[in-house]
Amino acid sequence: MHKRLVLYLILSIIAFVSNVYGAESEGMPQLNPEFWVSQIFWLILTFGFLFVILSKFILPKISNNLELRKSQILENIETAEKQKIESENKIKEYETLINNSKNEARNYFNEARKKIIQDIDKKREKIEEEINLEIQYAEKEIIELKKSSPEKINKIATETSAQLIKQLIGEEINNSSISAIVEDLSKKNKGKYYGN
Amino acid sequence: MATNPMHQFNVYRIGPEIKIDQIDISFTNASLFMVISSLIILIIFNLGSVKKNIIPDKIQLLAELSYSFISKMISDTAGSKGKPYFGFIFSLFMFVLFCNMLGMLPYAFTVTSHIIVTFILAAFIFIGVTVIGFIKHGLGYLKLFVPSGVPIVLLPLIVVIEVISYLSRPISLSVRLFANMMAGHTMMKVFGGFVISLGLVGGWLPLGFSVALTGLEILVAFLQAYVFAILTCIYLNDALNLHH
Repeated sequence: MHKRLVLYLILSIIAFVSNVYGAESEGMPQLNPEFWVSQIFWLILTFGFLFVILSKFILPKISNNLELRKSQILENIETAEKQKIESENKIKEYETLINNSKNEARNYFNEARKKIIQDIDKKREKIEEEINLEIQYAEKEIIELKKSSPEKINKIATETSAQLIKQLIGEEINNSSISAIVEDLSKKNKGKYYGN
Repeated sequence: MATNPMHQFNVYRIGPEIKIDQIDISFTNASLFMVISSLIILIIFNLGSVKKNIIPDKIQLLAELSYSFISKMISDTAGSKGKPYFGFIFSLFMFVLFCNMLGMLPYAFTVTSHIIVTFILAAFIFIGVTVIGFIKHGLGYLKLFVPSGVPIVLLPLIVVIEVISYLSRPISLSVRLFANMMAGHTMMKVFGGFVISLGLVGGWLPLGFSVALTGLEILVAFLQAYVFAILTCIYLNDALNLHH
């Protein structure tokens, strides 16, 4: 089996090599000048055509496209930067506006508070004055009352004690003696009833 | 002869024979793939340039990324003076890239695997760069062959070496691309042939190689287009900014 395989291999290689050898008698077709002129002619024709069409029509278009893209991208970047700056400015404007309005609001608030406080103070002063006046009045009245009250009390005490005695004993006693006793008592107890 | 790895590079006539003054300029499979590559490039970049969205869609992004990629490559190597040549470098890169990539499709023809095509491109670049150099600097452009800071004794030798290296530019530029493409495609064909001839038993290993090589070839296809374009930029830089 193995021997037959090896033999087959060797035979086929020999056959192949002999084929190649047979070809060598033909030589390289490249060195056969039969079609050289034709090849030169067609080379110049096709390559010339290719060169002219490419460099006159197609390559300028491609370079245009590339330039266009470059310029467009640059433009876009420029506009983007411009818009960025604009928006930053707008943000600054907005912030200043907000700050101004905040300050104004604070000012208004402060002014209003001052006004209100002033108003309140005025009114309070007024009311306090009024109250003071009333208090003074009242104090005067009280003082007057205080001054007049012992006499009245004495009088009332004298009258009531006279009536009491009249009811109890059934006899009228001289008013002057009763009032003398009352005055005496009231003088004694003055400190007790009017502490102030 | 299906296994002949060079068969894929054959050029054959498509349609009638076209002759102008005994010169054969018939439409061939090579011409077909040049036309297809150019048309695909034009269609893709036209679609990518029509829309003007601020946020690009896929095809627009592809076109714009390619634009900035080449633009950056030129400004990195040749500076701002290289800007007028942007169209040419862009076309060159895209043409070589699409020819390489289309060659990766099965049964496709690789335009850049032919020395005559790459040599014409390289020769055009060489002549163009030399003309630009002489226009910009006059005879001062010859200073390119005289590096500064070299001992006078060594100068004759250095100048000869510089001239030879300058003159070999178109050859190195064209052979680099052509050899890379041809070698890669030949390798893929050889491994593909191994898959067939070794059959079900031994074909799996070369199949794996084939898959890996396909990935590598796609990388090489991009890389060679990039190298071709960036070397053009470097040559242009020599002509525009005389540094020596």
